[in-house]
Amino acid sequence: MNSILTIAMPKGRIFDEAVDLLRKAGYLLPPEFEDSRKLIIEVEQENFRFILAKPMDVPTYVEYGVADLGIAGKDVLLEEERDVYELLDLKISNCYLAVAGLSNTKMNGVAPKVATKYPNVAASYFREQGEQVEIIKLNGSIELAPLIGLSDRIVDIVSTGRTLKENGLVEYEKIVEITSRLIVNPVSYRLQDKRINELVERVNQVINDEIS
Amino acid sequence: MFEKPLGLRDTLPELYETKSQVRTNIGEEMKRWGFQFIETPTLEYYETVGTASAILDQQLFKLLDPQGHTLVLRPDMTAPIARVAASKMINDNLPLRLAYSVNVFRAQQREGGRPAEFEQIGVELIGDETVSADGEVIALMIATLKKANLNNFQISIGHIGFVQEFFLQILGTVDRVNTLTKFLFEKNYVGYREHIADLSLSSIDKQRLLDFLTLRGGEEVIEQALALIENNQGKESILQLKKLWETMVDYGEQKWLKFDLTLVSHMSYYTGILFEVYADLVGYPIGNGGRYDGLLQKFGKNTGATGFALRLDRIIESLGELANMNPSECILYSEERRKEAFHLAEEKRAQGLNVVLQDINGVKQIDACTNQYEEITFLIGNAGGRNSI
Repeated sequence: MNSILTIAMPKGRIFDEAVDLLRKAGYLLPPEFEDSRKLIIEVEQENFRFILAKPMDVPTYVEYGVADLGIAGKDVLLEEERDVYELLDLKISNCYLAVAGLSNTKMNGVAPKVATKYPNVAASYFREQGEQVEIIKLNGSIELAPLIGLSDRIVDIVSTGRTLKENGLVEYEKIVEITSRLIVNPVSYRLQDKRINELVERVNQVINDEIS
Repeated sequence: MFEKPLGLRDTLPELYETKSQVRTNIGEEMKRWGFQFIETPTLEYYETVGTASAILDQQLFKLLDPQGHTLVLRPDMTAPIARVAASKMINDNLPLRLAYSVNVFRAQQREGGRPAEFEQIGVELIGDETVSADGEVIALMIATLKKANLNNFQISIGHIGFVQEFFLQILGTVDRVNTLTKFLFEKNYVGYREHIADLSLSSIDKQRLLDFLTLRGGEEVIEQALALIENNQGKESILQLKKLWETMVDYGEQKWLKFDLTLVSHMSYYTGILFEVYADLVGYPIGNGGRYDGLLQKFGKNTGATGFALRLDRIIESLGELANMNPSECILYSEERRKEAFHLAEEKRAQGLNVVLQDINGVKQIDACTNQYEEITFLIGNAGGRNSI
């Protein structure tokens, strides 16, 4: 069985690095690949179909099996807790999840609030710290929340720290290091095992070469 | 629209018909293998069946009976059957072959639309601890899937006993084994490798744990697994798998099988050989099963058992289409010719046709009514004769 493998790719930040990685692994992706505005791109010579999804949605496509594989940040995997295989650490798009806020402030003792795009991660982090906080889910521009007084803290991705700095915020605690991962649907992992194993080996080779 | 509770669905005629055909095909095959169908109550005591079941506590639907006892809607069928078998049926220590086809209930944590009630059809072979019993239920599962008209499926076979013994041999303590097994359960191989890198083990043992992840494939996995073992711990489990493979070769059904020794199940009562089955068009396993030699003991009988459960909804999803409804024809009559209409219907029904009898005065829109049927017979007014369209 050599049917098409469908790969869910995250739009935005991770996309270019992921494409680069696949090219280094010897996959022939067309040069105009990155500039395409299509949501579904067929690459016939490799028998691949790529779908371009919001990063947060990649594990969902893979869990439901409409994509066999996907590339997703560990932040998204922690937040979504989808039933997928996490096969490889691609070691790209390094960043971390952190707690940040206005400098020299304490959490409100009466009604501490935390704004985040990652309500699950934030809730379990503060629960482990023994703190009861109200989690406020936002969909973007999280830095706004402490500036305008919506929350005392935010939980968000930090890569360079520039966005925080430009908005007068400081980092309080680092929660977890994040890199992108190769994820696989459990059924595809069995029914398409030959092609997936080959892809995993080729990509893994590239990652190991880059380290050494 | 009137809302239904989260995750619960109505089954409309076409889906009902499809389900019933698939259920019949599978059930008939189970009976041909000598398995006998039973039913158990929908509600069970939380204290007994609820806690013996491997379904997470937060997924149980709980309610109170008038005396204040906590009840659960059965979340699976294996625990209730173990209860029945242990308390009523296995006094003479003969292997029991039981089958069931029932709805089970599991509250969903996310995505409310996912079914919280779904039908499982399966078997339990109780009181036979041989590998032949494991082989029999797997061969039966293959036979039922074929009868359900699935022709592209795959069964992955693992052995939880092997995983535990192999890990224990290297890691030494049950706690450390559980920590590492959790990564397998979460399908998190990245975390598994990172965890191993952090352990204080010899590089040989670390490599053995990493090589463990590659124990997937055909018959050759048996040899690879034997090569990883030292001190014979875990060897017994691998020899069981070898025997299972030979058994399946004798059934002539080995082509459906692959080994995946990294397979661990959310069903925590499994003790030996376990398996999952996957099919086209469905992103989730369509069924699973395995050996559970400890569960009967919770109900006071010390004997082994093995079985499988298939999810009817996912099998239908994999089939990709709904069954054709048997077309019905209609006799539209008026009172004057009622008796004639009844006779005609009786004749046609005796021929095996599906016939609707409809008094024309009960229909507001004749055209919409007649369009539903392939054939209509009008028996209207005093004039004799019949008009069929």
